[in-house]
Amino acid sequence: MDKNKQIILALVSVLVLYAVLEALMMIGILGPYWQEIMRYAMVVAIGALGLSIIYGFTGQFSLGHAAFVGIGAYAAGLFNLTFRHYGIPAFLGSLVVGAVVAGLVGYLIGVPILRLKSDYLGIATLGFGFIVTNGLQNADKLIPALGGARGMTGIPQVQSFGWYYALVLIVVILVRNFVFSTHGRACTAIRENETAANVVGVSPARTKIMAFTMGCALAGLGGALYAHNIPFLHPDSFNFLESINYLIVVVLGGLGSLTGTVITAVGWAFIMEVLRMVLGPLYDFRGVIYAIILVVVIIVRPQGVFGGIEASFLVPQIKRRKAHAAAGD
Amino acid sequence: MVSFIQQIVNGLQLGLVYAVIALGYTMVYGIIQLINFAHGDVFMVGAFMGYYGYTFLKLPWPVALVMAMVVCAVVGVLNERIAYRPLRYAAKIAALISAIGASFFLEYFCSLNFVFGPDYTVIHPPIPNITWIIGGVRITNVQVIILVTVVVFLALLQLLIFKTKMGSAMRTVSFNHDAARLMGVDVDQTISFTFAIGSALAGIGGVLFGFAYPELWTFLGVMTGLKAFIAAVLGGIGIIPGAVLGALIMGQVEIMTAAYISSQARDAVAFAILIIVLLIRPSGLLGRNELEKI
Repeated sequence: MDKNKQIILALVSVLVLYAVLEALMMIGILGPYWQEIMRYAMVVAIGALGLSIIYGFTGQFSLGHAAFVGIGAYAAGLFNLTFRHYGIPAFLGSLVVGAVVAGLVGYLIGVPILRLKSDYLGIATLGFGFIVTNGLQNADKLIPALGGARGMTGIPQVQSFGWYYALVLIVVILVRNFVFSTHGRACTAIRENETAANVVGVSPARTKIMAFTMGCALAGLGGALYAHNIPFLHPDSFNFLESINYLIVVVLGGLGSLTGTVITAVGWAFIMEVLRMVLGPLYDFRGVIYAIILVVVIIVRPQGVFGGIEASFLVPQIKRRKAHAAAGD
Repeated sequence: MVSFIQQIVNGLQLGLVYAVIALGYTMVYGIIQLINFAHGDVFMVGAFMGYYGYTFLKLPWPVALVMAMVVCAVVGVLNERIAYRPLRYAAKIAALISAIGASFFLEYFCSLNFVFGPDYTVIHPPIPNITWIIGGVRITNVQVIILVTVVVFLALLQLLIFKTKMGSAMRTVSFNHDAARLMGVDVDQTISFTFAIGSALAGIGGVLFGFAYPELWTFLGVMTGLKAFIAAVLGGIGIIPGAVLGALIMGQVEIMTAAYISSQARDAVAFAILIIVLLIRPSGLLGRNELEKI
């Protein structure tokens, strides 16, 4: 089968890419500094896939996504520090905790605010983001281990790139299966036309809340990974600007394109460092050049770099035989 | 009681500064439905231009104010020409990302050493400090200047919008671009003009902000701009009296929270109030709840 070939080819290329990256790390071409950015890129990719479900596929504007990444990071960190187990089971456990806590908070906040539409929803989520950062800054008054404005330290680090890479793959497959399931199609229907979707029996409230909860849970998973990648958590790492960054990644990647979201997330994580290398002594200009790149790219491709493009192995094959049978009847 | 009235006065000072900035957000949103993220940075440029005007060029402050307004208007119009106009008929989110890019550009460009520099700048306003005590409440001349300036420009804006040809063009374009074009209104020119007016108002906000809170840096516009924007949303975005009302409420909420609850919680409380208001009135205090057409 053509489709099976494609999937096998995709699997092989994913493994080859991993092998090449690991080899480059072993030889030392990719030093510890680049490795940290590679892991960070994986974190951004997972968080961005979460926002992709919320905004890209369901059309619910969120300007507070980084807050859920932060909730996941702090929840995972607190879990690890409380139970003082530093092995791989504790690492995986903390990932679950991060995702569940962020998903739960997303559900609780989503129920009231998802009634708002477009820009107003964006502003409400933006406000929620500020409340979370503000809360985290003062969280040490309730739970000293969270560190408040001084930041949270002491979370055990997991630095093998394999975990991060594998988790991105798992999340891509999960999101892909969700998007092309009944529920995922309900999300797309809501994005395209809420009233029409409602008329054909898709509940807007339930679908939006489901998508928002899932997206926030993925943000939490990304946050939990973040907590294991960088030994210092600070509320400002999850502020409004960081939420804007997730939005940039998802929109530049192309709304509704998983391939675009992942590639742009990785590209975005590297762009500042690459600019710094390229610019050398003109290093001060990197912010200006980043801003110009942003404006030029969006003007040249308003639908996003990979808008309307999806890697073919991610798209399910239409069951031809059934269609023919139906046509024959 | 006296201290409460004192807080109201302080809140009014902050609210008036927010009001002139919020007007720019609301005018642009009213006319092209775009959250102009770069507006806060135009405000920052205005604050620095006022400071350069009265410190280095030794201009009297009203002249420096006009200079800041002109520079801001030019920045605002250029911004619209370069970053927003090519995307006017693309998806709204594309223009929003472009606005974010423009905002980053202004912030990073102004942070360069040969522009405003990356550090905090402590400024010395050109006005001698005078404080009057009326019934125990301290009122400074800066507060009076802010009140008078903002009220004067609000009145001028009202005149411009309701009594001039350009004003009625702006109202027409905000109603419907195509209908405006059919009526012979130059839509592009009107939008440019709206950006010029909104940005000039941000320039006023910048200069007045410098008088009231004499410490500037190039990322000043992020937080202040965001709060002014939130104020515009609170009042009902796209509605000019709403922006002023929202800004005055925002100023009071922030100062009252800082005074009576906790100064660390001032942003959180302001945003919590915003969310609650939006849940009760999804289009803001003065906004109309329009039924969606099928």
